[in-house]
Amino acid sequence: MSLKIIKAGILDTIQDMGRYGYQHLGINPTGAMDKYAMQIANILVGNKPGEAAIELHFPASVFMFTQPALIALGGADFSASINGEPVPTLHCIIVQKNDLLQFHKPVNGARAYLAVRGGFVIDKWLHSYSTHLKAKTGGYKGGNLQKDDELQSQLLFPLLPGQTDFIILPWQADTNWGDESKEIIVLPGNEWDWLTTEAKENFSIASFIITQQSDRMGYRLNNIPLHSTTNEEVVSSAVSFGTIQLLPDGGLIMLMADHQTTGGYPRVAHVISAHHSRLAQMKTGDKIHFRFTDLDTAEHLFIKQQQQLLQLQNACTFRLQDFFHAQRY
Amino acid sequence: MNYPVFPYRIFPLGDNAITIDFGNCISNAVNREVIARFNYLQQNPLPGVIEAVPAYSSLTIYYDVMALRKLNSTTGTVFEVMRQQLEDWLQNPVEQKITEERLIKIPACYEKEFAPDILQLATAKNISVEEVISIHTAKTYKVYMLGFLPGFTYMGEVDEKITIPRKPQPVNIIAGSVGIAGKQTGIYPLTSPGGWQIIGRTPVQLFDAGKEEPTLLRTGDRVQFFSITTNDFYEIKNTSLQ
Repeated sequence: MSLKIIKAGILDTIQDMGRYGYQHLGINPTGAMDKYAMQIANILVGNKPGEAAIELHFPASVFMFTQPALIALGGADFSASINGEPVPTLHCIIVQKNDLLQFHKPVNGARAYLAVRGGFVIDKWLHSYSTHLKAKTGGYKGGNLQKDDELQSQLLFPLLPGQTDFIILPWQADTNWGDESKEIIVLPGNEWDWLTTEAKENFSIASFIITQQSDRMGYRLNNIPLHSTTNEEVVSSAVSFGTIQLLPDGGLIMLMADHQTTGGYPRVAHVISAHHSRLAQMKTGDKIHFRFTDLDTAEHLFIKQQQQLLQLQNACTFRLQDFFHAQRY
Repeated sequence: MNYPVFPYRIFPLGDNAITIDFGNCISNAVNREVIARFNYLQQNPLPGVIEAVPAYSSLTIYYDVMALRKLNSTTGTVFEVMRQQLEDWLQNPVEQKITEERLIKIPACYEKEFAPDILQLATAKNISVEEVISIHTAKTYKVYMLGFLPGFTYMGEVDEKITIPRKPQPVNIIAGSVGIAGKQTGIYPLTSPGGWQIIGRTPVQLFDAGKEEPTLLRTGDRVQFFSITTNDFYEIKNTSLQ
């Protein structure tokens, strides 16, 4: 046994990189909203970057560890504490039996990730651990973590001799991958040219506010309505994480991790993959400015972000081995 | 036969997917080509491809940018590599296995309690509820694609006498509900918000996460509805639960 839910959070689910290969059956990939942050948390504890982790929304669950474990927090800062003492994100933490992990206030970001060394003992559904909220399957019992749920860890973490308190290991993960843009970078969608000249201008210069009608499926954006020059309809066709669709009322919806596989609204733009992580950390009321780029730049930025993960993985593997060696594990 | 038979356009869907669009239309011939191409890719996966998603008249291919970058030394984009690969592939025909089409009969109860919109549809089209039922059950429909929800089927085309636009605002729709939207008919496999006009409900489970093939219907299937009573509905429902 490893992890027990003492008090349930608003929406805490098991996620991984998503469930691919089933979209032709209408089964959407789901997966972590902020895959970059989730991978960093896993890398810190020496897991495969895509291992299952717990995605937390605020207010988040209260967890108790029933065995020692090596854990890390990534993504949003929800002001975490263990046994009442503040603990940082982006560090490895060795927790002891009966340690209590709590989250006190959302300092920044919208989604935090809790990774545990060894991952969790749960069944995969269609080759993925991700919780599919709509189909009520995958993850842990197909939904939110509930009070008294117990997640077992794959790997028992040996006790440090004589140690009774939790330990924060000194190194911190560097999450900076060299993103210098203030705006959210987009590529034009196939139906971009359906917009009127005025609507195109507005899209490029206006700020869009994330409304309360936003969840893991998508964010509704608030702004003056954008108009289309045509009454033509799109017969249903694939849509993706980051696709921005024009709704009949002139509003925009930006699709997120739980997006449906196909849709019939005009696709005016797509947020580049390298910026999905930033989108995932935005909240109701946050403002977005869009800036267009080309595919070459989009691919380049994604590769740059992935390279940061690879470098981090090398650095963390080295640090952990060193630490384990020194502790004679 | 000369190829390509269907004019097509290729465009990016963001920075990790590419769509082949055969004309933004609902056409049996075009959709057969899409399904044949999709089946081909399922059997013969291209390097770096994550998955393919067939729709009415388009096929979208998700790819792994990092893997393809490693495989290709070109200075151009990974998208360009994929585009070129698909262009070459589209010049040659793929076999259309029509024999694999299955006919699946689906029981549906069109009684008022399961059909909140049937009376309104009948009134709008100036026919009786009985006529709506007989028209809806008369035809076999093709499953053009699955999408929207796990196991949700886009089928067509319904007789013009019962076509009706979808609702302006989505409402909560119970799993098993049979709906119409324009010329399309479909079944909601899960309870979900939706905008289709609901004319009945099937007791058959269309989506079962516990099964190796979790959806009852596949793209390319033929479906015919048959009308059942409320008693039949509960009988089938209870039997399937045992």
